[in-house]
Amino acid sequence: MTKTIQLNTTERDPELWAIADSVVDPEIPVLTLVDLGVVRNLKRIDKGVEVTITPTYTGCPAMDAMAADLKRAFEQRGFEPVTMKTVLSPAWTTDWLSDHAKDKLNKYGIAPPPNSTADKNALLGKPKEVKCPRCASTNTTMISNFGSTACKALWKCEDCKEPFDYFKCI
Amino acid sequence: MSQGTNSALIKFVIRLGDSNLILGHRLSEWCSNGPFLEEDIAMSNIALDYIGQARVLYSYAGKLDGGKNEDYYAYERREHEFTNALLCESANGDFGMTVARQLYYSVFAYALCNELLKSKDETLAGYAGKAVKELAYHVRHATDWTLRLGDGTEESNKRMQHGIDELWMYTHDLFATLESDKELVAAGIIPDVAAMKGAWLEHVKDVIQRATLTMPDVNAWQMEGSRTGRHTENIGYIIAELQYVTRAYPGCEW
Repeated sequence: MTKTIQLNTTERDPELWAIADSVVDPEIPVLTLVDLGVVRNLKRIDKGVEVTITPTYTGCPAMDAMAADLKRAFEQRGFEPVTMKTVLSPAWTTDWLSDHAKDKLNKYGIAPPPNSTADKNALLGKPKEVKCPRCASTNTTMISNFGSTACKALWKCEDCKEPFDYFKCI
Repeated sequence: MSQGTNSALIKFVIRLGDSNLILGHRLSEWCSNGPFLEEDIAMSNIALDYIGQARVLYSYAGKLDGGKNEDYYAYERREHEFTNALLCESANGDFGMTVARQLYYSVFAYALCNELLKSKDETLAGYAGKAVKELAYHVRHATDWTLRLGDGTEESNKRMQHGIDELWMYTHDLFATLESDKELVAAGIIPDVAAMKGAWLEHVKDVIQRATLTMPDVNAWQMEGSRTGRHTENIGYIIAELQYVTRAYPGCEW
């Protein structure tokens, strides 16, 4: 049985989570690492803190930057030592993006995943509808399932004719 | 975990890591050489997935193996110490051959990771939980391209068929196992990889036939040896390029 780290939102230490929430995704700066669901647990240990994170995609090159940014954010606020811990399970999923996070993505120009991964189409078929973040049309087509970063695909809108990034459902 | 099981597990984790690294390296050779920009980026992204997966596995092997660093496995071993599947080191060839290699490998890896989700080893199961989702996209990509090229023009069909045919002799090696695997299977840590071949064959055959391509002869001669470090001539060139910097500047750091 895999041991999973459950995100217990009822027992969050507000100060710790506020610090984590101040760190943004280096590639998508409208999202914080808390929005993304990368931060799984925060635990005070004496004067220090243990930060548990989970990688998004296994090869995501931004993970090292995220870990370094988080560590620095806590160190700058006087926590010492700051221990970074990485867990693989439960596997990171776009299901953890809140509606608020998806809204921020959309306003930034990246179409958020409309389906949950419970929809089998999400991974092995085509997503039901991907809305253009500029004109909101659903008359959109995929150009490539692999875009500018590991997490994004490249789509285009047949109505306003603009290309846009789509945050892949995973 | 017993010494024997630990040693068997290290071997398995390294060989999966090796397949991922070597294939990731091969795919990275398409970077800036792709047939068109979107596919150049796709190949690079897929390569990144495999390299990331290799890192997770090498880090785990290092932990099991007395605290070695992931870099040791990638940069300090020699050709005969790599136990990647032979298919992974095959040359990219043209785009059709690369797609054929992706079809054969990603269908296998996806099935393997689906089995590893049930592994009694927490780290392997956790690894599989992530890898299986990334691999689903790889399978989709390889399938879509096989269909498009096979059921395309006369030229694309010819090249896709060539890839299917040329790489066929490396496919049985995907399912090669070691004696030490037996205790991992008994302990519920890995599935019986050899037994996965039947389902793999059905899946691959379905795609190939839908693509109006011809399935290779299932009884044709197959190359073997990867699990004991016997390779094709490709491995030397790959290692020379992969390890050049670390061997030229031992102990270097970014």
